Amino acid sequence: MTAVTSPAPAVTSEKTWRFIRENGVYLALAAVVLFNLIATPNFASLRNAQLQLVQVAPVVIVALGMAIVIGTAGIDLSVGAVMALAAAMVAVFVEQSPWLAIGMALVAGVLAGILNGSLVAFLGIQPIIATLGLFVAGRGVALAFTSGRLVEIFDPTLAALGQNRLWGVPVAALLAGLLALVTSLMVRRTQFGRNLIAVGGNPRAALGAGLPVRRVLLIVYVICAVFAAIAGTLVTSRSAAADPSFVGLLIELSAITAVVVGGTPLSGGKVRVLGTVAGAFLMQLVFSTLIRHDLSDADARMVQAAIIIGAVYFQRDRGAK
Amino acid sequence: MTPVTRGEPTLQAIDLTKRFPGVTALDSVSIDIHPGEVHALVGENGAGKSTLIKLINGVYGADEGELRLEGEAVAFAGPRQAWEAGISTTFQEINLEPFMTVAQNLLLGREPMRGFGLVDVKKMNADAARLLRRYGIAFDERRPLGSVGVAVQQMIAIVRAVSTDAKVVILDEPTSSLEPNEVEQLFRVIRILRDDGVALLYVSHDLDEIFELCDQVTVLRDGRTVHTGPVANITRLELVATMLGRDVQDVRSSGKTAFDIEGRRIGEPVLSASGLSRYRVLSDVSVDVRAGEVVGLAGLLGSGRSETVQGIFGLLRLDDGEIKVNQVVLKRGSPAAAVSEGVGLLPEDRKAEGIVPTMSVKDNITLAAGRSVAKWGFVSSSKVEEIVGKYVDRLQIKVTDLDQSVGELSGGNQQKVLLARLLCNDPDVVLLDEPTRGIDVGAKAEIQALIDELAVGGLAVILISSELEDVIEGSNRVFVLKEGMVVGELQGAAISEDAVMDLIAHAVTDARPESA
Repeated sequence: MTAVTSPAPAVTSEKTWRFIRENGVYLALAAVVLFNLIATPNFASLRNAQLQLVQVAPVVIVALGMAIVIGTAGIDLSVGAVMALAAAMVAVFVEQSPWLAIGMALVAGVLAGILNGSLVAFLGIQPIIATLGLFVAGRGVALAFTSGRLVEIFDPTLAALGQNRLWGVPVAALLAGLLALVTSLMVRRTQFGRNLIAVGGNPRAALGAGLPVRRVLLIVYVICAVFAAIAGTLVTSRSAAADPSFVGLLIELSAITAVVVGGTPLSGGKVRVLGTVAGAFLMQLVFSTLIRHDLSDADARMVQAAIIIGAVYFQRDRGAK
Repeated sequence: MTPVTRGEPTLQAIDLTKRFPGVTALDSVSIDIHPGEVHALVGENGAGKSTLIKLINGVYGADEGELRLEGEAVAFAGPRQAWEAGISTTFQEINLEPFMTVAQNLLLGREPMRGFGLVDVKKMNADAARLLRRYGIAFDERRPLGSVGVAVQQMIAIVRAVSTDAKVVILDEPTSSLEPNEVEQLFRVIRILRDDGVALLYVSHDLDEIFELCDQVTVLRDGRTVHTGPVANITRLELVATMLGRDVQDVRSSGKTAFDIEGRRIGEPVLSASGLSRYRVLSDVSVDVRAGEVVGLAGLLGSGRSETVQGIFGLLRLDDGEIKVNQVVLKRGSPAAAVSEGVGLLPEDRKAEGIVPTMSVKDNITLAAGRSVAKWGFVSSSKVEEIVGKYVDRLQIKVTDLDQSVGELSGGNQQKVLLARLLCNDPDVVLLDEPTRGIDVGAKAEIQALIDELAVGGLAVILISSELEDVIEGSNRVFVLKEGMVVGELQGAAISEDAVMDLIAHAVTDARPESA
């Protein structure tokens, strides 16, 4: 995407490569934005910016939770199903009170996280298998709550969450930004953040240093599920309907992609929060760019796949160093 | 036992050298393995045993030197080639299929056929049964391999290897997971192979096994051959001494290490562990240490010295035993509980169990510091820098930058980082498992001096080292372990290399831990 093929002295090219590798997601994002500014009519409009922000917000939020799980060398496949559970909770409780609905959605997230986290932390089940259970069952439970139907929601308070703007910025995007800030602070500044990096970087060392490895794992999965529940609530609010069959469908893939493209290694021990956010934006923009330039949905997906594989390839290279 | 004329060796390794980045793992090692002989290969951790095996069975290529099989120079591109040439290593599970029957495994790839590509199962089972009978293995050949014990699986791997014309069989600690009666069974198979003219290389650190089974012995130490010759010509004591790099006749004068035990004032008991037991690993081990005291754990590799401190610290699950720290009974199996009661462990394997490679020097040091660097869960970077600065000065850790990745440091400096991690928790007792292994001489002396300083400061220290002189000169008391049991406790003037080696060589344990 960027032209850095000019022959240079060995040291310089080594450094250049490292710079590209570590900041690839930002460079790629800049390139896509640049391309759109030139080639896509109406790209640089407020309306378009607001639309992109609203669309990317749930992916960012889910990806943030995914990033810390991946930081512990884990993975959470159940985020989409948890979004559906949250949507179902909103549908069931919104009649009584929108606040209760949001509260119950979060409670569903906490419970889902405790289930995933317990399987991983206490029973020692591999994360991919442990979260596969909820991945399969979660959406079924959500459908049972709404009797398998799409439930329309007409609550103004709830609608405000997904549809209103503050200073021209969608509330959903502000919320995503806030959560990114919180996650970044948590990873960089708190003891819990350091513990989770240590658990991912070398679990035996973390145990030997006397760190509460199991508790860290449990909490990480709870945070991830709660973030997914928040995203589920946002999507429900934005579309003014709870549709457990489709809310968050395949979002685990987008989230994992955002995390990996953003420079967080799947092997754990490192979390790049800003990179994750940029990764989510990159995937969103690439997708919308391709659609805007008349590629079919199927073609767009193939490009997405190519980006994932490319990003993982770069990761591998870095790991080999 | 050794024939007078032994003929040509089946396998000859001549001046093999293997270097890894920063370390020469094997330095010009030669070994001859003759047909009809069991050749023991012994040495402490890091002596180069596994490197030598991997050079012989084709996992690595040698940097220098030559390998000759039946007089002809050979070079293997991989283990598969070595195996096809007739060098078989047990635990090469690639050759065995757990879901197939014993018979299928024995005759894999050369099953008797009936035409139309069909296997003659009856004949296959009969052939397999004959093979098993020949080696005295009483076992139903129709059972899936995965359902039989490790011992039988091993024997089947060996039988399969020799029945496909293996000339050299390498047995890498084959008895480490076997019951005593299974060991006997395995030895019977090995003796039949020996009498058939197979050349066997037997890796073990069990002295009893070596003297019972082997004809020749080669001792490696620090990547070099320090002894090779008939087992009949060496005493147990001499063998132990060579393994540990000591000389029986001429025990070197003290002062080899930077330890000085004079200035220590021994205080109250800090830690006492009693009756630590774990099936097959530890048997009724009791050790204790007082404030200001360094207690050494001596013993060969596999004697249970590392397992003892891991058991105390909660990393190794115990079947039985009680650990008290400052009169408080420690919750078993919880390193976090041990740390909060003031126990710290410096792990044996720095890379695998110590450092977090993705974190900086700073974060690695303060990883376990908890409350002293954090308030309300937030880490204070000024406090981190204060503590890190203090220990970097005190331990003279050489770093270019505190945010430097810990993986970039030398072994000695990584070890100091881990020591700093222990110390900034302000522990009452530290368990140091091989604190000076694999680091350069200068850093070694610094760490020994530091251990001294800590003891003088009132810390209780349990010290494990495969360098006997470290334990002898550094300890106020020494527990000698053998086969998972404490076989002796030496104190003060009674601590000597002779005494320790004598206990290791001659102390009688009740065969294996589980029968105690």
